[in-house]
Amino acid sequence: MPAEKHEKRQGKERLERIIEMCMAIENHQADPFTLNVDDIIGVVKAYFPHWDQPEELKLDAEALSHLASVIKLQSEWVKQRSTSLYTDPFLLEEKIRQTSKNGMVDVFAAAWNPIVDSEKLTLPTLAQGLLYWDALAPLGNRWKDIDVSKVQTGQVSRDEMVKARVLGDREFGEELECYWQELKLKTAEKGKDGKLEYWSFIGADTYEETVQRAFLTAFLVTYGYATLEIDRLEETVTIIPFDKPREEPLSVQSTSVPIAVSVEDYRKWKEEKQP
Amino acid sequence: MSQKRKGQYSTKVKKATQMLFYKRHAKPGVKGWELHKALGGDYPKVLDVLDAYLEPLDMQVKVVFEEEKTPDKPTVEELDKARFFVTLKDVATKDKLMGWRVDDLAGLAIAISHIVANKGQAARKDVEKLLGDKIPNWKVQLNVDRYIRYGYLMQDDKGQIYLDWRTRAEVDQKKLIDMLLSAEKQKEEAQEQYEEAQAEE
Repeated sequence: MPAEKHEKRQGKERLERIIEMCMAIENHQADPFTLNVDDIIGVVKAYFPHWDQPEELKLDAEALSHLASVIKLQSEWVKQRSTSLYTDPFLLEEKIRQTSKNGMVDVFAAAWNPIVDSEKLTLPTLAQGLLYWDALAPLGNRWKDIDVSKVQTGQVSRDEMVKARVLGDREFGEELECYWQELKLKTAEKGKDGKLEYWSFIGADTYEETVQRAFLTAFLVTYGYATLEIDRLEETVTIIPFDKPREEPLSVQSTSVPIAVSVEDYRKWKEEKQP
Repeated sequence: MSQKRKGQYSTKVKKATQMLFYKRHAKPGVKGWELHKALGGDYPKVLDVLDAYLEPLDMQVKVVFEEEKTPDKPTVEELDKARFFVTLKDVATKDKLMGWRVDDLAGLAIAISHIVANKGQAARKDVEKLLGDKIPNWKVQLNVDRYIRYGYLMQDDKGQIYLDWRTRAEVDQKKLIDMLLSAEKQKEEAQEQYEEAQAEE
């Protein structure tokens, strides 16, 4: 039946247009009163007998639902304008501009009921203050001086600082590059789809070393050498190395992702790792 | 009311007066639950009695509910969450500035009226532009900050300004708008009369 088919297609198109129009009103792109609700209900009613498929009925229900939202917006509009407080903002702005400062103060004073509020000391509050003062330890007892002994200043070489583990034995940038290469290698060996499990990368023989690796991994992500993928449902964190460092990470606003590397986590990882 | 009952009420009214008049927190006023705790479940009645005492002195007990709208018949829960103040009922013309500078008070009136007319919120830059018409620009920002600090206005992180608790406690918003519109009308009428008189002459 080509006539019936044509009618259906036309009906669907009209419903889709109605939905679009309603959505524009819902998004405040159009005035709610541009839509004639009675006409729209007439259209929906006229095409309703043609619908027999679930998709068609769904479209019909959707059109009605959006229409209901528009009616709600129309009702809110009427309600707002009918309140005693509604005044045309442009009119009021004009009035404000025309009224003098003193006129404004006169008007405001008529509608102003300032709060009455006093501050007063009483004998009991004074007594309470004295009691507190008596119980308060002197500053000398509360803020004890930090015992700092004087030492002679001296010089220290880079090698000595490396030995004292204040500095690493490589430049930081150089160390990060090596670490990135290691990540790429490990991902190629143990990873899946270019991703490597976070703990299998940072995990080391000792907890201290693990923390140090986690610290460096954070810099790899910050400086655009790699990125993290967090699955909150599965509670897994994977690291994805980039082939080339990305330049934009520090120039765009990014999100910080705290990842705890606690002793418990480390022990758990160790136990799981053991065969 | 029996003598004993009268005595009980008079003690409670005294207590309520102290609580409402003297500052207890950084913000003035007392929360309903504090009054409930100190005066008992019938504290709304105690406040009614106090309100009657204050009326001849041109003062009133004012309630500001948590919700912006004042409920017709507030429940005890709603009253407990509300904040109670004592406010002046009518500011006499000679005392109308209440220690404020005329510029600052006019600026506050303009900011409040503009926000009320814009469904309770306005962009800070629009308010500042409006104030800039009559107040020096260097002062506009300082003033808006002060209105926010005093609790008349509040600002969100998108730079929108709303009316805050103190405006709700102190300002009769409907009266302010009505007065503003009619003040202008009266001025227009006076002007028309003056023009007519001039024409007749």
